[in-house]
Amino acid sequence: MNMTSPDTLKSDTYAAQRARYEALYARGRAARRDFADAVGNPAVIDPALVVASETLPANWGTSMIVARGQTLRIIAGDKTQGISVLLYRADEPTERLNVGDTVKVQWSAKLHKGKLLYSDMGRVLASITDDTYSHHDALAGGSTTATNIRKYGHDQARHTRGNFILLASKHGLSKSDIPPCVTFFAPVSVTGSGAFVWAGPSVKDGDYVDLRAELDVLVFVSNCPHPLSPSMDEPSPVDLMRWKSPAALPDDFCRTSCEEAVRGFENTDALVGLGAQLAKGA
Amino acid sequence: MGINREPNAVGYDFTVPAGKPWSHIVRRGEVLRIVDSEGCQAVDTLFYKAGDASERYSAQDTVREQGSPYITTGTQLLSNEGNVMATIIADTSGGHDTSAGACSAEANTVRFGHETKFMHSCRDNFVSELARHGMTKRDIVSNINFFMNVPIEPDGTLAIVDGVSKPGDYVELRAEMDILVVISNCPQVNNPCNDFNPTPIQTLIWNG
Repeated sequence: MNMTSPDTLKSDTYAAQRARYEALYARGRAARRDFADAVGNPAVIDPALVVASETLPANWGTSMIVARGQTLRIIAGDKTQGISVLLYRADEPTERLNVGDTVKVQWSAKLHKGKLLYSDMGRVLASITDDTYSHHDALAGGSTTATNIRKYGHDQARHTRGNFILLASKHGLSKSDIPPCVTFFAPVSVTGSGAFVWAGPSVKDGDYVDLRAELDVLVFVSNCPHPLSPSMDEPSPVDLMRWKSPAALPDDFCRTSCEEAVRGFENTDALVGLGAQLAKGA
Repeated sequence: MGINREPNAVGYDFTVPAGKPWSHIVRRGEVLRIVDSEGCQAVDTLFYKAGDASERYSAQDTVREQGSPYITTGTQLLSNEGNVMATIIADTSGGHDTSAGACSAEANTVRFGHETKFMHSCRDNFVSELARHGMTKRDIVSNINFFMNVPIEPDGTLAIVDGVSKPGDYVELRAEMDILVVISNCPQVNNPCNDFNPTPIQTLIWNG
């Protein structure tokens, strides 16, 4: 007869759960790296690999499908002050970028080369396979009517929220389908006293971020200045290039960056039926 | 001029069992108190404008406009339309998050291992509670995690750490419009957000 009291069992479970979490967090901290040494992508993409290119003017938004097997290169200019992005699974747009999970799963609010953009369903929508700037925002959102009025003194300028609402409507979605976004080339940090600051190197002409689609994704891009940017300049046009890129191999540095990434890719592979092939090294 | 929040003036008093969802309309001017009855219990909370749920709480707008990622006394909870939905008028504990989202079965598999998929989660609570109001998973956007301690460090490090709320700590929100408040009394046992032991909470509403 088991004489262990319920209270003892409860406290054993508690200790085991706590130890398990603390070990996970320790491994998460140990796995942290900036991936500067990881082999990224060519600075110049072979024109034969380019599927499509589009230039997005200052303050406008655009949308596109980036298929699995393709990478979206977002190319900034020296007046870029943030490029806000949303991602949805193309064949099931109820599955979409989840910024909360993205920062929580990766134990960090910082996005850079090697990091993943997660959906709300525990799958990887895109991997950041290269990044020449490394300062991006996942916390503070895009511009709105209110931020434009404060910054410019009028409400005549386009803003990220308006761009996203337009784009959503063009894809059968609505303003209810706009989750929190990520903004690339937006150097936002949180100080030790808990305040947001905009502090980072200047964006150089040609700085780029590569987002490799791990599923077919619908991408919204808004070229409006981040609301915390102090600059009053008109933002540079942004070049958006889709190019054919190899799928993530078993030893891919994004896939293997940490145990959470491995599991996120396992979930993703299961959806596209790749699990068995990858297990065989195909 | 405050409203009378003596116990005998309370208009609504409910105990949300451990791990369960709850929702209620809070009218403009009413005060909702959420009590962490036993301490260290995350309370995941969504807000919608009553009558037009397409207007809902926006974490990114809220934190950016106040210049800080943490929710505490004085925080105005902003909607996706930039309107103030509610104001935090009291907070006896601090340590409230709005950047780390709600737990889900699917994210659990990534964070804690595939074997944690079939465990109760806030997202599942939200889905079932929102269904009562004609909404679906698509309508779950950003939420507040009251009593869930998620410091964000200057290098970006972000992790759920031990809560700081003691038994009986509470937050009070004054509704600035009629709002539908949807709570998941977080069932998570894979991280310290509930001290690995989900417990009941209490919701109280004073009618102003």
